[in-house]
Amino acid sequence: MSIIATLIGQMITFGLLVWFTMKFVWPPLMQALEERKKKIADGLAAGEKGKQSLELADKKAKVYMKEAKEQAAEIVNLAQKRANDLAEEKREAAKQEGERIILQARSEIDREIQQAKEELRQQVAALAVSAAEQILRKEVDINKHKEIVNNLGNQLGQA
Amino acid sequence: MASEVHEATGPTAYIVHHLTDLKVGEGFWTFNLDTLFFSALLGLIFILFFKKAADSATSDVPGPLQNFVEMIVEFVDTQVKDSFHGRNELIAPLALTIFCWVFLMNAMDLLPVDLLPGIAALVGIPYLRVVPTTDLNETFAMSISVFFLIIYYSIKVKGPIGFAKEMLLTPFGPWMIPFNLLLKLVEELAKPISLGLRLFGNMYAGELIFILIALLPWWVQPALSFPWAVFHILIITLQAFIFMVLTIVYLSLAHEDH
Repeated sequence: MSIIATLIGQMITFGLLVWFTMKFVWPPLMQALEERKKKIADGLAAGEKGKQSLELADKKAKVYMKEAKEQAAEIVNLAQKRANDLAEEKREAAKQEGERIILQARSEIDREIQQAKEELRQQVAALAVSAAEQILRKEVDINKHKEIVNNLGNQLGQA
Repeated sequence: MASEVHEATGPTAYIVHHLTDLKVGEGFWTFNLDTLFFSALLGLIFILFFKKAADSATSDVPGPLQNFVEMIVEFVDTQVKDSFHGRNELIAPLALTIFCWVFLMNAMDLLPVDLLPGIAALVGIPYLRVVPTTDLNETFAMSISVFFLIIYYSIKVKGPIGFAKEMLLTPFGPWMIPFNLLLKLVEELAKPISLGLRLFGNMYAGELIFILIALLPWWVQPALSFPWAVFHILIITLQAFIFMVLTIVYLSLAHEDH
């Protein structure tokens, strides 16, 4: 149990081990660790960013939704109004058409009544003339009373 | 064989036999071949294992080997960052090497005390100590290397004049220069000595207890060696950790300007 040259040998071994570790073991391991640390940090940052943009998109979507709802309501309102207007117009047109038809029918009726009256009058006149003729043929000289009968006929025609 | 030696010459010889190194050389130029061999072998296992992990290290999902190595590396890195605030490319790899190497050498303690010496005896090697950290040469080799680093960085960071000032003028000012110097010398020398002796003492005592347990009848041995081994799992890790942390602390002190 004494300090001997073994100590020097051990120091050399120790020195070689430390040198080797410093040169070939430590740097690549530390580099890998650093890189992984960076990767994880990047990943976390990206995750945070994604979360933020998701929130932003959510907000945007809500705004769009609201706008769309408003627009839809407006369109429905407009359509309803337009439908009401159209119905009103149609009703108005139908009413006018009806009135026109009634008016036409009425004038037709008037015209036919007039025609019938005219025909009736001519028939009565002809009947009266033929009756008078039959009477007069027995009692009156045609030539003598011709003027009177004509006058009568004229009067009847004027009535 | 070990047991034959034990039967032939009694328990004291058995213990002494187990604590004798396989030596080559005379006087100062003696080499403890077992210490040199096992520490180099364990160091080789350490660097090859970590080199393999470092070569295949990716920043993507790590495999089990890389995970394990990264765990240790991050643990050491955290310790270094906690105590050392300067920029030094040496300290973290140094701390990692100390932690892993000392841990592996200490872990040899957990092998049965007669296993490797018994096998060695079969092939004709008379003595074998398998735990390099029970050899003062090993622990002092590391602590003295650390001591040299402390001196080197003290002079490099503070400059020769700054370092001399610190040695001569603190803590009691210019009127007490000899006393200051004495105090500082003791303080600095205490660092490598305590560092080396602490590890050596703990491992030597632990190994001695294992040897003593091995002397008991076979039916008592498991009842004692099992709890002691479990306890030693803690000790070997703790001693490796303490050696590493103290190294970091001493080097960070060397970097601090007063």
